[in-house]
Amino acid sequence: METPRDTSAPPSGQQPSSSNLAGASPQRGRSSLSDTGNTGRRGDAIFKFASSGSGIALLVIMAAIAAFLTVRAVSAISADHGNFLTTSDWQTQADPITFGIAAIAIGTIISAVVAMVIAVPVSLGIALFISHYAPRRIAQALGYVVDLLAAVPSIVFGLWGALFLVPHMIGVNAWLNQYFGWTYIFHQNEPGTQPRSLFTVGIVLAIMILPIITAVSREIFLQVPRAHEEAALALGATRWEMIRTAVIPFGRSGIVSASMLGLGRALGETMAVATVLSPSYVINLHILDPAGSTIAQTIANQFGESQGVGRDALIAAGLVLFVITLLVNGAARLIIARRKEYSGADA
Amino acid sequence: MAKRIDVSGLNAYYGNFRAVEDISMTIEPRTVTAFIGPSGCGKSTFLRTLNRMHEVIPGARVEGKVMLDDENLYGANIDPVAVRRTVGMVFQRPNPFPTMSIKENVAAGLKLNGVRNKKVIDEAVERSLRGANLWNEVKDRLDKPGAGLSGGQQQRLCIARAIAVEPRVLLMDEPCSALDPISTLAIEDLIGQLKEQFTIVIVTHNMQQAARVSDRTAFFNLAGVGQPGRLIEIDSTEKIFSNPSVQATEDYISGRFG
Repeated sequence: METPRDTSAPPSGQQPSSSNLAGASPQRGRSSLSDTGNTGRRGDAIFKFASSGSGIALLVIMAAIAAFLTVRAVSAISADHGNFLTTSDWQTQADPITFGIAAIAIGTIISAVVAMVIAVPVSLGIALFISHYAPRRIAQALGYVVDLLAAVPSIVFGLWGALFLVPHMIGVNAWLNQYFGWTYIFHQNEPGTQPRSLFTVGIVLAIMILPIITAVSREIFLQVPRAHEEAALALGATRWEMIRTAVIPFGRSGIVSASMLGLGRALGETMAVATVLSPSYVINLHILDPAGSTIAQTIANQFGESQGVGRDALIAAGLVLFVITLLVNGAARLIIARRKEYSGADA
Repeated sequence: MAKRIDVSGLNAYYGNFRAVEDISMTIEPRTVTAFIGPSGCGKSTFLRTLNRMHEVIPGARVEGKVMLDDENLYGANIDPVAVRRTVGMVFQRPNPFPTMSIKENVAAGLKLNGVRNKKVIDEAVERSLRGANLWNEVKDRLDKPGAGLSGGQQQRLCIARAIAVEPRVLLMDEPCSALDPISTLAIEDLIGQLKEQFTIVIVTHNMQQAARVSDRTAFFNLAGVGQPGRLIEIDSTEKIFSNPSVQATEDYISGRFG
């Protein structure tokens, strides 16, 4: 396997006289062009081994995690007296054991969706401001602040959310309820309660995922070739039209990837959610009400005090989170692949 | 209708560096004017002042007057965006929008002008692609990406995109320098046809090209590195290439320097 290229001799029957440079025909002896071992071929082989090894290791780890989650999850689900998919309650200490992911999966998705709806537009706005509007010095300073935001530990966001944001959300919630209560999701069953709600969690998550979405999309926007921007300007585009014509379409797949990174973090965030939310295992689509819980939060809250089937049940919940993340990523890949030939990646 | 360009006392700067010094010239409507000169002599910079593209570079600014018929492009209440819709531009490297199909590329300028009527757009796309001698090659794949065409086709697509908005003047910044001889010939033929409708200004490093396509030729030069570029002379192409008034022009076109 030292020189794999040499073994790929031309298909049999095709001009055997056109000999390979590396001495595929031994009767010719070692020419000066044959592999003498000091042309770097060994380094090539080592690098190939190292890089493909890393790739394979990743696949093995993923498979091992999936297998572990599945095996433990199956044993938990078979002990479940409720329907794992449709039950919202989470009673793993009681008898009979009943638990299901309906409430916590929906809570996870709601909080992540709220976070995305807030964070994606704001992040793209910041990224465009940094890349195309701000004077260089301001852009640099703002870039540092955004990166700094990414370095704040999640528990700090959680404390800020619980101690500052929750009390300040009371007025916001009342306003939303008054003017947008008719939309159902902004309806409050008990106006004036402490809004330890999925909506508040979503806002905290939005701030947490803002830096990653901003940083990645800023890099993409900076990579838009100057030639494309000038093409738009020369057609008589204003700056905003130039961004709409040349910058955003070019960065489209990057924007999707950036958003997915953010969404991944929002779906899996544990500490901040656990600090802000008062968990309850009910499905409540009125997102301003202090109700609901997320998968990651449930695992964190309950892991310490559960054992046996209880732990396996949490692992089953983890598997669901794993699957949700996979589905979301798959969907994102489809979006990117659909317009692949228009990606501009080769321009 | 094609318009006359009348430049007087024009200086162009990058920050504090003066790249182009005190240029005055008149460009007649429905002619092709070629700018030639050694690298760094400011001919591209000057070209970009004619549609206010120079100032999109941070720190770049322009002094002087550019009259388009009787309107000063650098007048107080002139919108550079409107200028660029009147004075179109084709760049050195073909730069179709990679995220758009052939048709969307040609229609891009119309969409920016607020044209939404599908029929109007379809007609303009066909007219422009025919005008750029590209229609027969792409009419069956208008919905395919523009980036999938060959270099020469991409450049003609860019010309189609520029003429789709019916500008009065078309600026071309070394439009053939990234193309092979056959594609270059196609573009040169096209320039000959386009001058029936447009005032054309072309920057080129290829003196044969200037001699082939242009009616008038302007020779630019600079005194040395770090010095601003100046217009040495502008005259009929025939005169410039046979009997120029300035010695430096003759030295340049006969290959004695540059």
